[in-house]
Amino acid sequence: MRRASSPMSAAPRNPSNVPAILLQGEPGSLDGRALRSRRGLRRFVRRHPTICLGAGIIAVMIGLALAAPLFAGDALSMDPSRRLQAPSAALWFGTDNLGRDVFARTVFGARVSLLVGFSVAIGAVLGGLIIGLVAGYSRRFDGAVMRVMDGLMAMPSILLAIALVSLTHGGVGVVIVAIVVPEVPRAVRLVRSVVLGAREQPYVEAAVAGGARTGTILVRHILPSTIAPLVVQATYVCANAILTEAGLSFLGAGIPPEIPSWGNMISSSRLFLGIAPWTVFAPGICLTVVVLAVNLLGDGMRDLLDPRLARKF
Amino acid sequence: MGAYIARRLVSTVLVMAIVGLFVFLLLHVAPGDPAAIIAGDNATPANIAAIRQRLGLQDPLAVQFMHWTWRLLHGDLGISIFSDVPVMRLIGQRLEPTVSLTLVTIVYSVLIAVAAGVVSAWRAGGIVDRFTMGVATLGFSVPVFVLGYALIYYFAIRLRWLPVQGYVPIARGVWPWFVHLILPSFALGLAYVALIARITRASMLEVLAEDFMRTARAKGASTGAMLLRHALKNAGVPIVTVIGIGVALLISGVVITETVFNIPGVGRLIVDAISNRDYPIIQGVMIVFSGVYVLINLAVDLVYTVIDPRIRY
Repeated sequence: MRRASSPMSAAPRNPSNVPAILLQGEPGSLDGRALRSRRGLRRFVRRHPTICLGAGIIAVMIGLALAAPLFAGDALSMDPSRRLQAPSAALWFGTDNLGRDVFARTVFGARVSLLVGFSVAIGAVLGGLIIGLVAGYSRRFDGAVMRVMDGLMAMPSILLAIALVSLTHGGVGVVIVAIVVPEVPRAVRLVRSVVLGAREQPYVEAAVAGGARTGTILVRHILPSTIAPLVVQATYVCANAILTEAGLSFLGAGIPPEIPSWGNMISSSRLFLGIAPWTVFAPGICLTVVVLAVNLLGDGMRDLLDPRLARKF
Repeated sequence: MGAYIARRLVSTVLVMAIVGLFVFLLLHVAPGDPAAIIAGDNATPANIAAIRQRLGLQDPLAVQFMHWTWRLLHGDLGISIFSDVPVMRLIGQRLEPTVSLTLVTIVYSVLIAVAAGVVSAWRAGGIVDRFTMGVATLGFSVPVFVLGYALIYYFAIRLRWLPVQGYVPIARGVWPWFVHLILPSFALGLAYVALIARITRASMLEVLAEDFMRTARAKGASTGAMLLRHALKNAGVPIVTVIGIGVALLISGVVITETVFNIPGVGRLIVDAISNRDYPIIQGVMIVFSGVYVLINLAVDLVYTVIDPRIRY
């Protein structure tokens, strides 16, 4: 993922004591003007190949998932006469042990993964934003809230999700909530650290002195600083959520088995790995590609939005 | 330093207390009657009443919590509903496979990841760097179980080099024990290696840009001494931190890896408990895993003061 370092931008853009080597993310190349012309677009693609590749794959996947009923075929009906058939021109990904079309199931499985990924990202970011703003700004709640968050973070997220799911009657909504809960503390910490920094800025002091209400200060003056890091965080939460949902479904603590999801498919096909590897690897490869795309998008956006961190991870 | 350690211990106890409260409350915040949830869908009212009686669910919440905590502090995690065996004994029986798998993974991951990270930073942009960072991005994106089945398919089913599944206790021979751990620890460790390698590289890049590195080179230090004694030691704090934090990845991964490779460890215990709704086991495993995680990170914080004498809180 190495970007060619641009000697023109590196030297003059080192305002502080940040090592020059960390400043290689071509800062400032996301201006709206650049995007308007076609040449600008091409330059954007060249400078941020990871963003474009990641976003492209995700866009294709969303398109396929939305259009699934139009082209994918029947994901549910079983046909014992065509059990465990190898991939062919008619059945692209073959059939599973119940004679179901693996291609159709894989395409429909994308719906679950993307739905869970995006919902968890939105839920965790909103939760983290609200709690983090309050904790960062008000000294009264800060200690108590952060101790609760430390406790939540000490519990391995998949175990917390297993406990939450096994105590209820499953379902997509429960899985989403069960993955959001352990993700919120990380978002809270991020927002809180930004708020703690912003609170001491002269423009916030000026707003306080000017008599602005606390709510106005939080929303108008502090919230904007949290958006860039939160957008990056949201992509990582999304990737993580897709992985966790698949893991939970694989373990039998996730999406109910009657809904085709990638984790369910791998779980029900694993005994046939030796004779019908496509039943495991078709959903497995799709899962990896989607998570990789989201991670690439996240890495690219981090470089774009926070050039100081560009080479850090 | 004594004061720092004391404060760290107090906060550890506090976090564990919050974890305990969460784990206890989970059963009670779930919608519906906890006894009915545990008893399952086909339970008779008599079953439900029996479970309520056994778990003491008829008492007021505060009384239940006091009893539960009191027993927990005496090492009593309750009794499995399904098998009638104390949860502590069940965990004890399954500790060896889990500890073996995790320790083998930590040892090889740290060695490989730190070495790869150091070389990547030393020759940033070179072939080792590109390869390591590529593998690292992939390592965050491949789900543990997809990687696990891919390894089983190629190395065990196709090439027949390694056993497909299972675990052999170390008492029955070190070699068979080790051979059975190769594939699972590789599947489990990839994300951990990715995490540590990225942080090692980033931290080393920062240190290598420092003035004292130029001094070391000028006074004629060998490359090895320069990288290890001067750079790695000063880059150590973030690396040690992430080795501790990354244990969370391993704990989540171990639950899935043990299912993929059919290893009878603590992770399998909780997975088997999901379908039986054996809540005391789920609670017990959560407490034990969270406790291990918190203690490892406490140890990491104490190691800081040894590797970096500047840290005196």
